[in-house]
Amino acid sequence: MKVKELSDIIDGRVLTGEVGLETDVTGMYACDLLSWVMSHVNKGNAWITVHTHLNVAAVALLTEASCVIIPESISVEEATIKKAVQEGIVIISTKLSAYEICCRACKAGI
Amino acid sequence: MGLSNVLKLHFDIPANDFVSAGEASSSVKKTLSQLGIAPQVIKKSAIAMYEAEINAVIHANGGTADIEIDQDKVIIKIQDEGPGIPDLDLAMQEGFSTAPDTVRQMGFGAGMGLPNMKRYADELKINTEVGRGTTVIIRVNFA
Ligand SMILES: Nc1ncnc2c1ncn2[C@@H]1O[C@H](COP(=O)(O)OP(=O)(O)O)[C@@H](O)[C@H]1O
Ligand SMILES: [Mg+2]
Repeated sequence: MKVKELSDIIDGRVLTGEVGLETDVTGMYACDLLSWVMSHVNKGNAWITVHTHLNVAAVALLTEASCVIIPESISVEEATIKKAVQEGIVIISTKLSAYEICCRACKAGI
Repeated sequence: MGLSNVLKLHFDIPANDFVSAGEASSSVKKTLSQLGIAPQVIKKSAIAMYEAEINAVIHANGGTADIEIDQDKVIIKIQDEGPGIPDLDLAMQEGFSTAPDTVRQMGFGAGMGLPNMKRYADELKINTEVGRGTTVIIRVNFA
Protein backbone atom coordinates (compact mmCIF):
# COMPACT_ATOMS: atom_id res chain seq x y z
CA MET A 1 0.00 0.00 0.00
CA LYS A 2 1.17 3.53 -0.79
CA VAL A 3 1.35 6.34 1.76
CA LYS A 4 -1.44 8.17 -0.05
CA GLU A 5 -3.83 5.22 0.30
CA LEU A 6 -2.99 4.79 3.97
CA SER A 7 -3.67 8.46 4.52
CA ASP A 8 -7.12 8.10 2.94
CA ILE A 9 -7.92 5.00 4.99
CA ILE A 10 -7.25 6.80 8.28
CA ASP A 11 -9.07 10.00 7.22
CA GLY A 12 -5.68 11.66 7.19
CA ARG A 13 -4.65 15.09 6.09
CA VAL A 14 -1.18 15.27 4.53
CA LEU A 15 0.63 18.31 5.96
CA THR A 16 3.69 18.10 3.76
CA GLY A 17 2.48 18.44 0.18
CA GLU A 18 2.96 15.98 -2.64
CA VAL A 19 6.38 14.53 -1.85
CA GLY A 20 6.65 10.87 -0.77
CA LEU A 21 3.01 9.90 -1.23
CA GLU A 22 3.90 7.06 -3.60
CA THR A 23 6.27 5.37 -1.12
CA ASP A 24 5.31 1.83 -0.11
CA VAL A 25 4.18 1.32 3.48
CA THR A 26 5.90 -1.80 4.84
CA GLY A 27 4.25 -1.86 8.27
CA MET A 28 3.19 0.30 11.20
CA TYR A 29 4.96 1.26 14.39
CA ALA A 30 3.45 3.20 17.30
CA CYS A 31 5.78 4.51 20.02
CA ASP A 32 6.87 7.79 21.61
CA LEU A 33 10.21 6.80 23.12
CA LEU A 34 12.65 7.96 20.51
CA SER A 35 15.43 5.50 21.40
CA TRP A 36 12.95 2.68 21.04
CA VAL A 37 11.67 4.07 17.76
CA MET A 38 15.21 4.48 16.43
CA SER A 39 16.01 0.82 16.90
CA HIS A 40 12.62 -0.72 16.04
CA VAL A 41 11.14 1.17 13.11
CA ASN A 42 11.92 -0.65 9.89
CA LYS A 43 12.44 1.00 6.56
CA GLY A 44 9.10 1.99 5.06
CA ASN A 45 7.09 1.71 8.29
CA ALA A 46 4.45 4.31 9.06
CA TRP A 47 5.37 5.73 12.48
CA ILE A 48 2.61 6.92 14.81
CA THR A 49 3.71 9.42 17.47
CA VAL A 50 2.28 12.22 19.59
CA HIS A 51 5.57 14.13 19.35
CA THR A 52 5.50 17.07 16.98
CA HIS A 53 8.87 18.70 17.66
CA LEU A 54 11.63 18.98 15.11
CA ASN A 55 13.47 15.86 16.11
CA VAL A 56 10.58 13.78 14.79
CA ALA A 57 11.82 14.67 11.31
CA ALA A 58 15.35 13.54 12.19
CA VAL A 59 14.14 10.22 13.59
CA ALA A 60 11.89 9.59 10.59
CA LEU A 61 14.77 10.36 8.26
CA LEU A 62 17.22 8.11 10.11
CA THR A 63 14.81 5.18 10.27
CA GLU A 64 13.54 5.73 6.71
CA ALA A 65 9.96 5.66 7.90
CA SER A 66 7.57 6.04 4.96
CA CYS A 67 5.54 8.61 6.90
CA VAL A 68 4.82 10.03 10.34
CA ILE A 69 1.23 9.90 11.56
CA ILE A 70 0.16 12.36 14.27
CA PRO A 71 -3.02 11.09 15.97
CA GLU A 72 -5.94 12.81 17.67
CA SER A 73 -5.65 16.06 15.73
CA ILE A 74 -2.59 17.16 17.71
CA SER A 75 -1.31 20.29 16.02
CA VAL A 76 2.11 20.10 14.44
CA GLU A 77 4.71 22.87 14.73
CA GLU A 78 5.21 24.82 11.53
CA ALA A 79 8.99 24.37 11.88
CA THR A 80 8.58 20.59 11.95
CA ILE A 81 6.47 20.63 8.81
CA LYS A 82 9.01 22.84 7.07
CA LYS A 83 11.87 20.57 8.04
CA ALA A 84 9.94 17.48 6.95
CA VAL A 85 9.21 19.03 3.55
CA GLN A 86 12.92 19.84 3.16
CA GLU A 87 13.88 16.25 3.95
CA GLY A 88 11.11 14.68 1.89
CA ILE A 89 9.29 13.25 4.90
CA VAL A 90 5.51 12.88 4.87
CA ILE A 91 3.56 13.97 7.95
CA ILE A 92 -0.10 12.98 8.16
CA SER A 93 -2.54 14.37 10.70
CA THR A 94 -5.70 12.49 11.67
CA LYS A 95 -8.40 12.76 14.30
CA LEU A 96 -8.17 9.02 15.00
CA SER A 97 -6.30 7.60 18.01
CA ALA A 98 -3.22 5.42 17.57
CA TYR A 99 -5.40 2.37 18.27
CA GLU A 100 -8.00 3.34 15.66
CA ILE A 101 -5.28 4.07 13.12
CA CYS A 102 -3.81 0.58 13.64
CA CYS A 103 -7.25 -1.07 13.44
CA ARG A 104 -7.99 0.54 10.10
CA ALA A 105 -4.52 -0.20 8.74
CA CYS A 106 -4.84 -3.81 9.85
CA LYS A 107 -8.24 -4.18 8.19
CA ALA A 108 -6.75 -2.76 5.01
CA GLY A 109 -4.10 -5.48 5.03
CA ILE A 110 -1.05 -3.80 6.55
CA MET B 1 37.42 5.81 -2.72
CA GLY B 2 40.95 4.63 -3.43
CA LEU B 3 42.44 1.94 -1.26
CA SER B 4 44.32 4.18 1.13
CA ASN B 5 41.75 6.95 1.23
CA VAL B 6 40.06 8.00 4.41
CA LEU B 7 37.06 10.29 4.23
CA LYS B 8 36.86 12.61 7.22
CA LEU B 9 33.84 14.62 8.32
CA HIS B 10 33.50 17.08 11.17
CA PHE B 11 30.37 18.48 12.80
CA ASP B 12 29.67 20.78 15.69
CA ILE B 13 26.87 19.60 17.94
CA PRO B 14 25.23 22.71 19.39
CA ALA B 15 24.29 22.85 23.07
CA ASN B 16 20.68 22.22 24.10
CA ASP B 17 19.60 22.47 20.51
CA PHE B 18 16.93 19.89 19.86
CA VAL B 19 16.17 21.65 16.63
CA SER B 20 19.32 20.51 14.91
CA ALA B 21 19.99 17.44 17.07
CA GLY B 22 20.32 14.53 14.71
CA GLU B 23 21.60 16.60 11.83
CA ALA B 24 25.15 15.26 12.06
CA SER B 25 23.81 11.69 12.14
CA SER B 26 21.51 12.36 9.18
CA SER B 27 24.38 13.83 7.23
CA VAL B 28 26.67 10.86 7.92
CA LYS B 29 23.86 8.54 6.94
CA LYS B 30 23.53 10.32 3.60
CA THR B 31 27.27 10.08 2.98
CA LEU B 32 27.29 6.35 3.73
CA SER B 33 24.35 5.85 1.38
CA GLN B 34 26.14 7.74 -1.38
CA LEU B 35 29.17 5.50 -0.87
CA GLY B 36 26.95 2.47 -1.45
CA ILE B 37 27.44 1.00 2.03
CA ALA B 38 25.02 -1.84 2.91
CA PRO B 39 21.69 -0.64 4.43
CA GLN B 40 22.10 -2.79 7.55
CA VAL B 41 25.50 -1.24 8.26
CA ILE B 42 24.13 2.25 7.68
CA LYS B 43 21.29 1.54 10.09
CA LYS B 44 23.68 0.41 12.83
CA SER B 45 25.88 3.47 12.34
CA ALA B 46 22.93 5.86 12.27
CA ILE B 47 21.33 4.50 15.45
CA ALA B 48 24.57 4.46 17.43
CA MET B 49 25.62 7.90 16.26
CA TYR B 50 22.20 9.45 16.84
CA GLU B 51 22.19 8.24 20.45
CA ALA B 52 25.69 9.61 21.06
CA GLU B 53 24.78 12.90 19.41
CA ILE B 54 21.60 13.26 21.45
CA ASN B 55 23.52 12.49 24.65
CA ALA B 56 25.98 15.28 23.88
CA VAL B 57 23.01 17.65 23.44
CA ILE B 58 21.00 16.50 26.46
CA HIS B 59 23.70 15.76 28.99
CA ALA B 60 26.80 17.70 28.00
CA ASN B 61 26.04 21.10 26.42
CA GLY B 62 26.88 19.87 22.97
CA GLY B 63 30.21 18.86 21.52
CA THR B 64 31.76 17.71 18.29
CA ALA B 65 31.51 14.74 15.97
CA ASP B 66 34.45 13.47 13.92
CA ILE B 67 33.86 10.72 11.42
CA GLU B 68 36.40 8.64 9.54
CA ILE B 69 35.26 6.37 6.76
CA ASP B 70 37.67 4.04 5.01
CA GLN B 71 37.42 0.90 2.91
CA ASP B 72 36.11 -1.36 5.65
CA LYS B 73 34.71 0.67 8.52
CA VAL B 74 33.32 3.91 9.88
CA ILE B 75 34.65 5.37 13.10
CA ILE B 76 32.43 7.90 14.83
CA LYS B 77 33.93 9.98 17.61
CA ILE B 78 31.60 12.16 19.66
CA GLN B 79 33.40 14.39 22.10
CA ASP B 80 32.06 16.76 24.74
CA GLU B 81 33.32 18.84 27.63
CA GLY B 82 30.29 18.17 29.77
CA PRO B 83 30.01 16.85 33.33
CA GLY B 84 31.30 13.34 32.58
CA ILE B 85 29.70 10.09 33.77
CA PRO B 86 30.41 9.23 37.42
CA ASP B 87 29.43 5.54 37.21
CA LEU B 88 29.71 4.20 33.70
CA ASP B 89 28.56 0.66 34.56
CA LEU B 90 25.38 2.11 36.03
CA ALA B 91 24.90 4.44 33.05
CA MET B 92 25.22 1.48 30.66
CA GLN B 93 22.23 -0.25 32.25
CA GLU B 94 19.01 -0.17 30.27
CA GLY B 95 16.57 2.30 31.81
CA PHE B 96 19.11 4.32 33.78
CA SER B 97 18.72 8.00 33.02
CA THR B 98 19.37 11.32 34.70
CA ALA B 99 17.50 13.23 31.98
CA PRO B 100 15.19 15.97 33.30
CA ASP B 101 11.41 15.77 32.83
CA THR B 102 11.39 18.43 30.13
CA VAL B 103 13.65 16.24 28.03
CA ARG B 104 11.65 13.10 28.75
CA GLN B 105 8.47 14.79 27.63
CA MET B 106 10.10 15.14 24.23
CA GLY B 107 10.63 11.39 24.04
CA PHE B 108 14.30 11.33 24.98
CA GLY B 109 15.75 10.04 28.24
CA ALA B 110 14.54 6.44 28.10
CA GLY B 111 17.90 5.27 29.35
CA MET B 112 18.45 3.27 26.19
CA GLY B 113 21.05 5.40 24.46
CA LEU B 114 24.20 3.76 25.78
CA PRO B 115 22.72 0.22 25.57
CA ASN B 116 21.70 0.95 21.96
CA MET B 117 25.23 2.13 21.15
CA LYS B 118 26.63 -1.04 22.67
CA ARG B 119 24.18 -3.17 20.70
CA TYR B 120 24.70 -1.59 17.31
CA ALA B 121 28.41 -0.71 17.38
CA ASP B 122 30.93 -3.40 16.51
CA GLU B 123 33.15 -1.71 19.05
CA LEU B 124 32.25 0.96 21.59
CA LYS B 125 34.83 2.87 23.61
CA ILE B 126 33.84 5.44 26.21
CA ASN B 127 36.35 7.66 27.93
CA THR B 128 34.77 9.83 30.57
CA GLU B 129 36.02 11.94 33.40
CA VAL B 130 33.85 13.80 35.88
CA GLY B 131 34.19 17.55 35.40
CA ARG B 132 36.08 17.15 32.12
CA GLY B 133 33.84 15.45 29.62
CA THR B 134 33.12 12.33 27.65
CA THR B 135 34.40 10.85 24.43
CA VAL B 136 32.43 8.10 22.75
CA ILE B 137 34.06 6.16 19.92
CA ILE B 138 31.84 3.93 17.82
CA ARG B 139 33.25 1.59 15.20
CA VAL B 140 31.00 -0.11 12.68
CA ASN B 141 32.55 -2.58 10.23
CA PHE B 142 31.31 -2.76 6.66
CA ALA B 143 31.69 -6.52 6.44
N1 LIG C 1 27.84 12.60 27.10
C1 LIG C 1 27.40 12.43 28.35
N2 LIG C 1 27.77 13.31 29.34
C2 LIG C 1 27.33 13.15 30.60
N3 LIG C 1 26.52 12.16 31.01
C3 LIG C 1 26.12 11.26 30.09
C4 LIG C 1 26.53 11.35 28.72
N4 LIG C 1 25.99 10.30 28.06
C5 LIG C 1 25.27 9.62 28.95
N5 LIG C 1 25.34 10.18 30.18
C6 LIG C 1 24.72 9.68 31.42
O1 LIG C 1 24.36 8.33 31.23
C7 LIG C 1 22.93 8.17 31.41
C8 LIG C 1 22.40 7.10 30.47
O2 LIG C 1 22.55 7.50 29.12
P1 LIG C 1 21.59 6.89 28.01
O3 LIG C 1 21.68 5.41 28.08
O4 LIG C 1 21.89 7.52 26.71
O5 LIG C 1 20.15 7.31 28.52
P2 LIG C 1 19.38 8.72 28.45
O6 LIG C 1 20.17 9.62 27.53
O7 LIG C 1 18.07 8.36 27.92
O8 LIG C 1 19.36 9.25 29.84
C9 LIG C 1 22.37 9.55 31.15
O9 LIG C 1 21.11 9.75 31.76
C10 LIG C 1 23.46 10.44 31.78
O10 LIG C 1 23.34 10.45 33.19
MG1 LIG D 1 20.74 9.01 25.69
